[in-house]
Amino acid sequence: MHLTPDQVIFWQHGFFKLNATIVFTWALMLVLAVGSKLITRKLATGLERSRWQNLLEIIVTGINQQIEDVGLSHPEKYIGFLGTLFLFVAVASICIVIPGYQPPTSSLSTTAALALCVFVAVPLFGIEDQGLGGYLKSYTEPTILMLPFNIISELSRTLALAVRLFGNMMSGAMIIGILLTITPFIFPIVMTLLGELTGMVQAYIFSILAAVYIAAATRSRKSAPETAPQTLNQLKEQHG
Amino acid sequence: MDSTTVIGVASIVTSGITISFGCMGPALGEGRSVATALSALAQQPDAAATITRTLFVGLAMIESTAIYCFVVSMILIFANPFWNHFIAQAATK
Repeated sequence: MHLTPDQVIFWQHGFFKLNATIVFTWALMLVLAVGSKLITRKLATGLERSRWQNLLEIIVTGINQQIEDVGLSHPEKYIGFLGTLFLFVAVASICIVIPGYQPPTSSLSTTAALALCVFVAVPLFGIEDQGLGGYLKSYTEPTILMLPFNIISELSRTLALAVRLFGNMMSGAMIIGILLTITPFIFPIVMTLLGELTGMVQAYIFSILAAVYIAAATRSRKSAPETAPQTLNQLKEQHG
Repeated sequence: MDSTTVIGVASIVTSGITISFGCMGPALGEGRSVATALSALAQQPDAAATITRTLFVGLAMIESTAIYCFVVSMILIFANPFWNHFIAQAATK
């Protein structure tokens, strides 16, 4: 039994190995890129729209809405990054229904790469929003004593992102593999359905957590002045 | 018992203990958080979207501790570094 798709090697030439993780990642990239290109080739603005364009519009506006709900006020700036993360992880877990397919996200290398993208993107968005000094200052909040803990949390949450996605996707494949040896008839299908649900929830969680981290890195300066007048007004209303 | 047997027994027993204790804590935590979220939903149905999103993120955070235990137990059974080391040593003899 294979713990990760890294161990399935399709083609090898010396040092260079082509394992299942790379092959399925490339296949997903191809499907996503070519699919989007084909759908957006002839976009319509009238009422007569193709059903694929409707699907893409639902996805894009849905992701935009979710990003805005987290607290990022300009979702179109972040949807390129967060939307890509969500779509890749979601499609990787949807394709479980295809026989012989192993999700590339059940390899620790893929999830570590995705988590490292978040690890790099959060300071970039933070510096772009508040400047270098402002972003570095956010590490010393509330006091300078919290500096090491803020740095540790930055690292540990990256590790948590990677291991969480890897563990969830890997456990789904493992459970189906174990069940095939015990009850091979109907039960694995039910577990595949459960794996599908878990995969979608994990895709949502992954992108929402990335959005929350970005929001925490960009918003800290703006939120303080916004809340103060509101509470003052509420106090006035209550007293007068 | 030679060292390979000891490692095999210890790995299997430890992985069982790891996953059982690792399920207990998160199960209690998730139960509590879902119960609290349900009562909050009953009191304020208007805030359903916010409560549900926060609940999902929180559940994922809690569940990740169980996932860590699962990953450790899977490593102990299927990719045990000590086991591989001693097997490689025995093969060279």
